[in-house]
Amino acid sequence: MREIQVQAPGLLTTVQDLGREGFGPMGVSPSGAADAISLRIGNRLVGNAEGAAGLEMTLLGGTFAFPDGAILALTGSDFGATLDDAPLKLWTSAEARRGQILRLEPTRSGARCYLCVQGGIEVTPFLGSASTHLLSGLGGHEGRALRKGDVLKIGKANGTYRKWAVAAKALERVSPRKVLRVTPGPQSDWFPQTAQQVFYASTYRVAEESNRMGLRLEGAAVPEGSGGKMITEGVSIGAVQIPSGGLPIILFVEQQTTGGYAKIANVISADLSSLGQLRPRDGIRFEPVEWEAARSLLREQEELLASEGLITG
Amino acid sequence: MGYTFASMDTSAADGVRFQPSSDQSLLVYFGHEITLQAHEQVRRLLRLLESEPIADVRNLHPAYCSLLVKFDALKLRHDELESIVRKYLDRLEEVNLPEPRQVEIPVCYGGEYGPDLSDVAAMHGMTSVQAIELHTSTSYLVYFLGFVPGFAYLGELPEALVTPRLAAPRRKVPAGSVGIAGSQTGVYPFATPGGWRLLGRTPIAMFRTDRKGFSLLSIGDRVRFVPISSERFTALESK
Repeated sequence: MREIQVQAPGLLTTVQDLGREGFGPMGVSPSGAADAISLRIGNRLVGNAEGAAGLEMTLLGGTFAFPDGAILALTGSDFGATLDDAPLKLWTSAEARRGQILRLEPTRSGARCYLCVQGGIEVTPFLGSASTHLLSGLGGHEGRALRKGDVLKIGKANGTYRKWAVAAKALERVSPRKVLRVTPGPQSDWFPQTAQQVFYASTYRVAEESNRMGLRLEGAAVPEGSGGKMITEGVSIGAVQIPSGGLPIILFVEQQTTGGYAKIANVISADLSSLGQLRPRDGIRFEPVEWEAARSLLREQEELLASEGLITG
Repeated sequence: MGYTFASMDTSAADGVRFQPSSDQSLLVYFGHEITLQAHEQVRRLLRLLESEPIADVRNLHPAYCSLLVKFDALKLRHDELESIVRKYLDRLEEVNLPEPRQVEIPVCYGGEYGPDLSDVAAMHGMTSVQAIELHTSTSYLVYFLGFVPGFAYLGELPEALVTPRLAAPRRKVPAGSVGIAGSQTGVYPFATPGGWRLLGRTPIAMFRTDRKGFSLLSIGDRVRFVPISSERFTALESK
């Protein structure tokens, strides 16, 4: 069986697929790739089902050896990758020959880079998914971020290699956004007009303490809503919570499943992958859209991801 | 007012409110107070949705008096889902809720395991022993699991123990810590950040991947805390 040897793990590298949905009643959030679009495209480039498990690297990439070779693709942000010192292009499939070494550096663009290998990363699934849930130490490779010396199994694959690349036009359409489109949150009405103005007119900075659970924002405090008394309730991914103090928190892939803060807005599904590419200190803004617009943006995105023209030979 | 007495007391859908939460989720509210009746309605709807799943519904998040339904936004719209859920609401009365499971959780109170016990006792003008007696005096309802895997929101805390959460949350609360916040109590299944005041710790794992159902507690269970010595804690922990 082929394997990947972790020579250097990078800052925070985890095994991720598209997450485990359906376990909310147990308090288990889906987890999964922070930038699901990049993982899905990476898998398509190497001929996997789009939900196969890959490696998610954060801000600083790792060094990986392929003793038996592998067919691979890197997607997401540019981490200055080289394969045995030759530059390796993002968004294309490539073949690592026996013993070749893939090295990644600090990011030159967004927060996350994905490594997909033909056959996928093979780990014991937890609740049907290979995704690592860091906070609870469940799933993925021993429930944790990779360490130096870890050896990951690569799943069975047919081994046929063809050079594929993502069409430039398609890539443009899925490039991460800094203006996040949102629909109203369940407590939007609690916030007075002045609070809404602050929220939608301000540029917020992504705080250092942001992680897969949530993105904390710095900037103009949103005046507290007085429209009601909050009772802890189920929360959606992308929910923009306003805690006391007024600095928004966006719930993300490893989110708590319930929460007690009022939510002023919710990032639309089509922009969730953009959240996965935000780095600390990035500036972002929020733009309100209608429910129907949110739906059609998601539909267009899914049509693009499913289209024949996404990947070219 | 146009309603009649008949329509007031027959439909479970009365007083239910639907609220889009995101483009892929819908909140169903059973009133705006934490009451046993509202919670029972949440459990009935959850049970019905689990036994007869709606196509394209992907997840369910029950809470005190609401249920968040997450769905595939490419297949369903909020209004379509609402009308399907309304049909379920009409059948809530026929749902039989199981007898609550009684679960005992051994807790070593105070000392390094419960660093906030003496503060909490002092805040209420009682001794630590009295605070322990109060915390173990009643059985708590598992309202729902949330926050992290296996974290059960338990209530109601005896009135005399109701305490606000810490002003500054701890960066790391050890797994098994038993805390209180407002009128709630609960056990941290994993070492996580947390702002609840810690009274003690249990050696029992709240969430295990090698156990059927994974979580020690489920929605609707009844929980009692039983005080144990630190020797007993160590003995149980090594099991």
